[in-house]
Amino acid sequence: MAEKTKDILLGPIFDNNPIALQILGICSALAVTSNLSTTVTMCIALTAVTAFSNLFVSTIRNSIPSSIRIIVQMTIIASLVIVVDQFLKAYAYSISKQLSVFVGLIITNCIVMGRAEAFAMKNPPLPSFLDGIGNGLGYSVILLGLGFTRELLGAGSLFGHQILPKVSDGGWYMTNGMMLLPPSAFFLIGLFIWAIRAWKPAQVEADDFKMKPNTRVSDAF
Amino acid sequence: MAGNNESVSKTLLVAFLVCVVCGVVVATAAVSLRPVQNENKLLDKRKNILQAAGMYDAGKGVNEQFELIERKFVDIDSGDYVEMPESYDQRKAAKDPKQSERLSGDVDTASIKSQAKVAEVYLAKDENGDLSRIILPVHGYGLWSTLYGFLALEPDANTVAGLGFYEHAETPGLGGEVDNPKWKALWHGKKLYGDQGEVEIQVIKGTVESNTPNAEHKVDGLAGATLTSQGVSNLLRFWVGENGFRPYLQRMQQEDSVIDVSNTVESSDQPEGDA
Repeated sequence: MAEKTKDILLGPIFDNNPIALQILGICSALAVTSNLSTTVTMCIALTAVTAFSNLFVSTIRNSIPSSIRIIVQMTIIASLVIVVDQFLKAYAYSISKQLSVFVGLIITNCIVMGRAEAFAMKNPPLPSFLDGIGNGLGYSVILLGLGFTRELLGAGSLFGHQILPKVSDGGWYMTNGMMLLPPSAFFLIGLFIWAIRAWKPAQVEADDFKMKPNTRVSDAF
Repeated sequence: MAGNNESVSKTLLVAFLVCVVCGVVVATAAVSLRPVQNENKLLDKRKNILQAAGMYDAGKGVNEQFELIERKFVDIDSGDYVEMPESYDQRKAAKDPKQSERLSGDVDTASIKSQAKVAEVYLAKDENGDLSRIILPVHGYGLWSTLYGFLALEPDANTVAGLGFYEHAETPGLGGEVDNPKWKALWHGKKLYGDQGEVEIQVIKGTVESNTPNAEHKVDGLAGATLTSQGVSNLLRFWVGENGFRPYLQRMQQEDSVIDVSNTVESSDQPEGDA
């Protein structure tokens, strides 16, 4: 059991990462990672929502009629997201202003819905809760990596503290403006996926089709 | 049990109960956190005002620093002070047809479409109770978004003390450089009006050199952000112009010349036209 709990909690970090392997939640990974403080807030918010929605969905899983199960999950997720949003507005106002709609968009984050439907509907509350935290951590690992790289290269700072002195402030570091724009996150996620799959080749997907070897013996011309 | 789960009455019951429980949870969170949220919102706005005015000191509490600042309301057309309830919100009023005026295309150089009839102004006093800053809310369209900010003026109602934006969605690194402290520092000491009282302040393309004519009215454009710079220029010219705070500022200028004869601001440390 202990081994299984560890699997549920830590598996999603690298072995079954929601972003790198399941390719879920890309939208917010592009949007909120241009600086680290919003990234961290988003990670905590998403982990909390995934964990608690899994817990509650799992608690009532035996009473949910299958005809309305998706909408029941959505209602629970949406309520949790609103509560999280209200808390952010009350205790981290400036960060919640920067995150703006993206906190609300956790509702549509495929990771939350995906875990509720795939895991919480079939498993008891405690493992579901851990699965939620695990997937939140998997999401966080990628996001923090993105946020770290993008803020450091794009603005020369981390958490708003200047690390590399910018040319515009008389230093030597020429900031890479592309890093602050959403497409850079695409490239970085691609590199992350490459790195993870080079490390764990089991994650490499089988080819959809195989190219046949060239059947012509002679040269074309 | 599974069969029972799928019946119509069970489905309705589950749906109803889930809604009630979720509704109660959401309502509780919203209601119980509202006072803290409102306080934070006010704090945030006050911090923006202080930052624009160049008076913000991170070491001190925002509310403590704000004690020296008085909020007043000004009728845009006449420039007179008017009484308004404490809860008046200029940004909301600008969207309310009853409290705002639609601007026709030729007047609306800041592209804001409609303008509240009553504007907020903030008057900062120094320790002796003398007026030290006039802080005006300004907004207008840049390249992608409406920029909202505050313009702080010296008591002569002509010299810029600071300009800061607290909300915009311009491109980071290009138009987003309106937040760059170095660029904001360029505004300090610039004059809004020429000798005849015409609006002269503007953002130019390129750099203002010491030999640029009228350097005291001109500010460097942001490299790579011509449209945002133009937007900032337009919105400032609109807000200090005839349809903006001009009538009010004229009154302040007259009052200032009556009360404060020795205007020391003219000979401030800022050299004319800095590169």
